[in-house]
Amino acid sequence: MTAPIAASTITGTAASVAGEPMLVLEEVNTYYGQIHALQGVDLSVAEGEIVTLIGANGAGKTTTLKTISGLLHPRHGTVRFEGTDVSRTPAHLLVRRGIGHAPEGRRIFSRMSVLENLMMGAFTRETPTIPPDLERVMTLFPRLRERSHQLGGTLSGGEQQMLAIGRALMSHPRLLLLDEPSLGLSPILVQQIFAIIREINSQGTTVLLVEQNALQALSIAHRAYVLQTGRVVLAGPAKDVMSNETVRKAYLGED
Amino acid sequence: MTAMTSARPTTGPSSPRARLQAFAHLHRSATIIASMVLITVAMILLPQVPPLSFIQRSDAWYDTFANAGVFILLAMGLNVVVGLAGLLDLGYAAFFAIGSYTYAYSNSPFSHQNLPFLPMLAVGAAVAAVFGIALGAPTLRLRGDYLAIMTLGFGEIVPIMFLNLDKWTEGTNGIGGIFRPEPLPLLGEFTPLSPFAYYILSVMIVTLAMILLYRMQDSRIGRAWNAIREDELAAAANGINTVTTKLLAFAIGATTAGFAGVFNASKLTIVSPEQFLFAVSFSVLAMVILGGMGNIWGVAAGAFVVYLIQIVLLKQLNGIVENLNVPFLTKVNFLDYQYLLFGIALVLMMLFRPEGLFPSQRRRRELHIADELEGPIDEPGVIGSMGETPGADETFNEAAGEDVPGHDR
Repeated sequence: MTAPIAASTITGTAASVAGEPMLVLEEVNTYYGQIHALQGVDLSVAEGEIVTLIGANGAGKTTTLKTISGLLHPRHGTVRFEGTDVSRTPAHLLVRRGIGHAPEGRRIFSRMSVLENLMMGAFTRETPTIPPDLERVMTLFPRLRERSHQLGGTLSGGEQQMLAIGRALMSHPRLLLLDEPSLGLSPILVQQIFAIIREINSQGTTVLLVEQNALQALSIAHRAYVLQTGRVVLAGPAKDVMSNETVRKAYLGED
Repeated sequence: MTAMTSARPTTGPSSPRARLQAFAHLHRSATIIASMVLITVAMILLPQVPPLSFIQRSDAWYDTFANAGVFILLAMGLNVVVGLAGLLDLGYAAFFAIGSYTYAYSNSPFSHQNLPFLPMLAVGAAVAAVFGIALGAPTLRLRGDYLAIMTLGFGEIVPIMFLNLDKWTEGTNGIGGIFRPEPLPLLGEFTPLSPFAYYILSVMIVTLAMILLYRMQDSRIGRAWNAIREDELAAAANGINTVTTKLLAFAIGATTAGFAGVFNASKLTIVSPEQFLFAVSFSVLAMVILGGMGNIWGVAAGAFVVYLIQIVLLKQLNGIVENLNVPFLTKVNFLDYQYLLFGIALVLMMLFRPEGLFPSQRRRRELHIADELEGPIDEPGVIGSMGETPGADETFNEAAGEDVPGHDR
């Protein structure tokens, strides 16, 4: 466990352009049975941003993403997406509303081909809208085009991660949730993946990124939240968070 | 990498075989009807010539084929639940029983009803589907072994209910004297002495079911089943309603069993609880596995072969051994060893051909994923997670504490 960080040394509020930000979490409490995983998380993501969520193992990062995408539901508190309360909305409907989730551990369909995986991502889409999205994904990840008939399970780790992100993009999300895209990848591939995330964002997709690789995540994010034992302990512009002394000690490996 | 990417041409099929497959895929229903007509004609002619004509009279063969149709239907229905959606159902005979009893209630001296056959075919299927949903709804939260145990329980409960509610079901005697179907156009009369009409009727029901099941498998629903079979969480994250999709698999499986039940009751003219014991669920599951889980034609062929072995071959083996007068083998009743042979066949199958006798393309690839991985891996940077151990590299960073297995819904 890392040393506790003094709460809110930097005050961070989402830069809302007009009215409410795209995604707002208020006092979200999520449980796994008796385990109180999220203990009142407040968070917001404005349209067009890359926001990153960093923290140690077990801090609640993945739980937060799952709560947003409807794979879990909060016991208390609300999740609002584009102004509507979606705390109780099941995951499959949130995909239609524009939340794409590339879950932790990639979870690609290893026994389907790359193309089939991508088509599963487009499950909620109307047929005529699929080819442009497919083209976009194939352009972002030329590797996937090369391997489109190969089984997902035969891809390397980096390619599987590309496939997971590509599949999430096939639902044409306005908000993309990425859970540890750098996990288990070589440094060069991590660089590539982060460059692509920035590219996706510049094409107009809002990104909420969960990472353990805090330095990389902070370097591409606009804003950041630091999560510790189910609470947000620090929030603010990525630059400020990166220069915060406690964060540097706890997550960036400085003495 | 180079060898793998060029493994499959993307520009149209080239070989005649591939072209035929592509054509069959495009004109699924027409292909099914044409194939079934060919098979039916062959099966009308073959019993009249040796060697089949030596074994039994052609009428007896038609009777056997008609009965095999029941098991083909059951296997195709269970294939939806187990092979397509990946939900292990060990109590499938329960839906067969429900379909059978539905027909018994509609056409027997016991209930004083005599309703027409074809509408009852639909009603029996619908009643079974309702029970499929009733079983599915509370069990959907369960997975794997737990689901299997629940369905096993359901499979036990249903025949026991029919056994013990003797006021309504005649208990262990069952409901007898069930009326046969009324004469149908083209098929003529249904009598115990003319199994031919039953045979044709059975072929028609099987063909209809096959067309419907292929249509579902090729549709969005089929792809959703496939995704759920692979990874339920990922399926949900891709916008699939896992609850209704799994329920639908149960309902479709039950519907098919309902068809089989109605036909079976109308042919046997008696239903009783011991027709629907665990052995039936098990036999049908074995047919699905032996035939080639996930491939509709495969499981149909598997069911047909297994049924013929069970009913005809083992019986004939007794006769042959008796004729040869082998001293100690004459005492052996081969029918007693039916399940032993089943067991041996399954063990051998898992060892040597786990994808089944007639596997689907997909299964074949899945089970031979290692073959596709052959050859040098030319990516020094990313060796780590290869196909057979997806997620193995996660141990690097240790799975986050919140990801308690079994809580990931």
